[in-house]
Formats: sequence, C-alpha cells, structure tokens
Amino acid sequence: MSRPRSEPVPADGLTPAAGPGTGVSDPPGPSSRGRARRRLPEGTIGLGIGSLWLSIIVLLPLAAVAAKALDGGLGDFWDAATAPAARSALGLTLVVSAIIAIVNAVTGTLIAWVLVRDVFPGKRFVNALIDLPFAIPTIVASIVLLSLYGSDSPLGLHLIATRPIIVIALMFVTLPFVVRSVQPVLMEADREAEQAAATLGASNLTIFRRIILPTIGPALLSGIGLAFARAIGEYGSVVLVDGNIPFKTQVTSQYIAQRIESNQDGVVDTAAAANSIVLLLIAFFVLLALRLIANRGSRHHAR
Amino acid sequence: MRVSRRAQLSLRTLALAYLTILLLIPLGIIFYRTFEHGVSAVVDSITTPAAVSAFWLTIEIVGIAVVLNTIFGVLLALALVRSKIRGKGIIQAVVDLPFAVSPVVVGVSLILVYGTGGWFGTWFVDHGVQIIFSVPGMVLATIFVTVPFVVREVEPVLREIGTEQEEAAATLGASRWQAFWRITLPSIRWGLGYGVILTIARALGEYGGVSLVSQSKPGESQTLTLLVKSRYDNLDVSGAYAAATLLMLIAVVALIIMTVLDRKKTNA
Repeated sequence: MSRPRSEPVPADGLTPAAGPGTGVSDPPGPSSRGRARRRLPEGTIGLGIGSLWLSIIVLLPLAAVAAKALDGGLGDFWDAATAPAARSALGLTLVVSAIIAIVNAVTGTLIAWVLVRDVFPGKRFVNALIDLPFAIPTIVASIVLLSLYGSDSPLGLHLIATRPIIVIALMFVTLPFVVRSVQPVLMEADREAEQAAATLGASNLTIFRRIILPTIGPALLSGIGLAFARAIGEYGSVVLVDGNIPFKTQVTSQYIAQRIESNQDGVVDTAAAANSIVLLLIAFFVLLALRLIANRGSRHHAR
Repeated sequence: MRVSRRAQLSLRTLALAYLTILLLIPLGIIFYRTFEHGVSAVVDSITTPAAVSAFWLTIEIVGIAVVLNTIFGVLLALALVRSKIRGKGIIQAVVDLPFAVSPVVVGVSLILVYGTGGWFGTWFVDHGVQIIFSVPGMVLATIFVTVPFVVREVEPVLREIGTEQEEAAATLGASRWQAFWRITLPSIRWGLGYGVILTIARALGEYGGVSLVSQSKPGESQTLTLLVKSRYDNLDVSGAYAAATLLMLIAVVALIIMTVLDRKKTNA
C-alpha cells in the first residue's frame, strides 16, 4: 500500500463523460445489437453484485455488532462502555495511540523527506523496507518484541508487561502510514515556491513551516489518521508482550477478547459488542474529522 | 530549500537510525534466536505434523480469500470507475471500512452473525454447517480484512487507462467478455498483481480475527499465526520462533514481489 487512494477526477478526458456516443453501449457497426431497448445505466449490475458482496461480508457483521451493543438499550450500552476495566483500557488505548500519532507525524515526515530529497546508496532497499510492517503478521511482530525486550533481552531492556512496550509495538506496526502518505506529495511538490522563498531570504525553517508543511498537510493528516485508527484496534502485536493486565496494560482490543474468551462457547456479551462499537465510532470520527480538516486545508491553499 | 550538507547527513542518519532500531535490529534478533540452536532444530520444528497442517490450512484460507477478493475486487473497481450511478462514495467508504476495524471486532462481528445465538447461527447449525470455531469462519474473517486491497489498487489504474481501447474493440465486434479478457485485464495486470500480493500478505498475517473465531485445534483449525501463539502458550518458545521465522520469510518474499510489482505498476 504505497499510494494513497487517488480522488475521483471528474473531467480528465479519460473517464467517460455523460452524453451520447460515449461508454460501451450499443456500439455502431455490423455487430451492433442495436435494439431500441432501454438499458440500465452502465455498470449497474456490477455495482449491484459488488454491493451485495460488500453487504454480506462487511456490513452485515458490523450491523450485528451494533445491534448487540444496543440490545439492552442505550443505558446498557453506556454501562458496558464505561465499566471500570473498559474505561481504563480505552483510556490507555487512546493515550498510546495519540502518542504514536505524534511520533509518526515527526518520524514519518522525516523518513519521507529523506527518501524523497536525499540520495544515498541502498535507498531503494530502505524504501522497500518501509512496507515491512505491512507484510509481517502482527503475532510475529509480537514475538520479535518478546525476544528483544523479554527476559533474555540482548539490550538488557525488560519491558514485558509494561506500558512502554505497547508504544514500541505500535510504532512498529504504524511505521508505513505517514511515510507512504507524505511521500507521493513530497515527490510531486513544486520546488519553485521553495526556491523563490530561498532567494527572497527565507530561512529553511520558514520555508518548511510556510511552504512545505501546508503542502504535505492533508497527506500528513491522512497518514496520522490511518495510523491512529490502526493503533486503537491493534491486537496481535501487543498480545504476547503487554501482559494483558487489566487497569494497567490491557488495551481495549484485549478487553474485548477477554470478554469473549471468558464466556462459554465464545458467546458475545453486550460489553464486548459495546466496546467494539466504541472503537469503531472513534476510528470513524477521527478519519472523518481529519478528512474534513484536510479538505478545508487544501481548499484554503488552492489557487 | 537549500539544505546544508551537514544537515542533510544528520537527517539521513536520524532516519536510518530510527529504521534500523525499529525494523532491522528486531528482525536480526529473531533470525539469530531462531537459528541459535542450529538449522536442523528449526527444520524439525517446522515439519511437525501440526506445523505442516497449519501451513496447508493457511494456504487454503489465503487462497480462497485471494480468489474471491480478486473477482469481486475487480468487479467493484470496474463498477466504481465505469458506472454512472450516484452513491459510489458510500461504496468506496464501505470498501475502506475494514481498515478501520480492529481484528478483534471482526471476530466479534462474525460470531454475532454466524455463531450460536447469532443472527443466522441456528440456521447454520440446523443444516449441519459449522461456521464459527471452524474453517469457514476463519475464511470469512480473512476475507473481511482483505476486502480493500484489490479494489483500491485496480481503481486508479482503470481510471487512468479509460475506455478507449474497449470502445474500439466493441466497434470491431468484440463481445463484452472478450473486451474484458483481452483488453481490460491485461491493462490492469500490474495494479491487480500488486493488490493481490497485498491481499496475500495481509491474509497470511491475519491473527486477531481468526483467533476469536477458531478454537485453534492443531491439524484442524490452526493457521500458522495461530500456531505461533499456541506454541508460545505451551512454552515452546523456540518452536514459536521457528514458526514466526517461517512466516517472516514468506513475508519478506511477499515484500520483494510487492516492490517489484510496485515499480512495474508505476512505470506502466
């Protein structure tokens, strides 16, 4: 995932515009099946099948979670979401996720900058390395951390069942997000403005603050949002190393898992469903808010 | 921005140091730890019956997820780019939804639909089909988390190449299927390939979701990721390292393929 999604471009001369004679419908020629019948708009069936697929695979299960969470009404939902252990887990989750969001903002931009503006031997290798956390299973990341910070740590650091190890795990799995978001924008950035500012006597810091930062702003926010959303739901990479101690090192995903595992037959209780919804809502709103800010930012700087 | 040589070197050093500490050293350690007691011990560890069956189960689940998501992914990408329906934004948002869902929540959601006491749980039990705590549930969890990749990678490619070639083919008498098979598909192959390898990598690494919907029975419902956890739980740490290294080697291969395909995709 090295490219952010490109926004739909309305008129680039390549996408079929509305109007006669465009799109592959009733083509002229000897093979034309040109009967005068009304056809569905192009691609309707495909969209319908695809939507059905998405509904069954993605929407249906998520709807079930919402339904279960609200099973006993909003009161039960609130109680489940604010139970002491749940609140503690959520607080921890949000704090560590916020920390790595900030850390990634800095390190991700730094790495993207070095990858785009610098030249050194092995740069291609380093560039490919960035995607490693995407390729590695989270449980493998967890066991790697275990070997590094466990009882026979080569670094002499024993961080198992502590809070810092959660931050370290999250730093590992969220590394690519900001880098890959900012990189393409930096690559395409027009350097003339920077050069002009330099000739006018602006310091590097000023140039960065007033030209580069606004340019990469939306992408940076997008990357931070993705990193945050990933971090709050992270499970596999912390499961072996944070000790899962309620009120101390248990994150919300572990709290939910514990609720399921402690029930017979893995039945899902309201607490698990409610906290799942909380996670979903937070992720949704963070991504939404960042998108809105990014849109407003880019509109503000658009010519 | 004229960055002084010294500043440039400092930035480079900082970035590389961060990456080394965060990525390279941990990987180095795990390789070292795994092969500490010799290669043959590792080979033994990954050729136990449990490991072998975990491997094949993983391949099976990944295979199903890849095939289904490729078919529906290309279909959705085509529909999203080519159709003139409103509401495509919603569909795109739903496609991206799995990125925002914690793997644990994936497991929870599937149990609530297909498990006992779930929406369709009793229907499946009555018909003798076990979804949760069995392979189908694990497949569903894996499919869920890999929905976005093919769609997101094929969509921009489709948008860029436009419909001219297919329209030309249609005027020359090609059927829709012919046009798709001979023109569309080849022109999206690099983007598609990249999406597929991302799907494979993610599916291989799925843990949280499958751990909730599986009983992790060796030989039955235990994937490689679950094997790592199970060995760790049974205090077979070196066994866990071995399985983890196997997964990591596969991940590195996937990463190499990803890099190659990414370059082909950008240069195409």
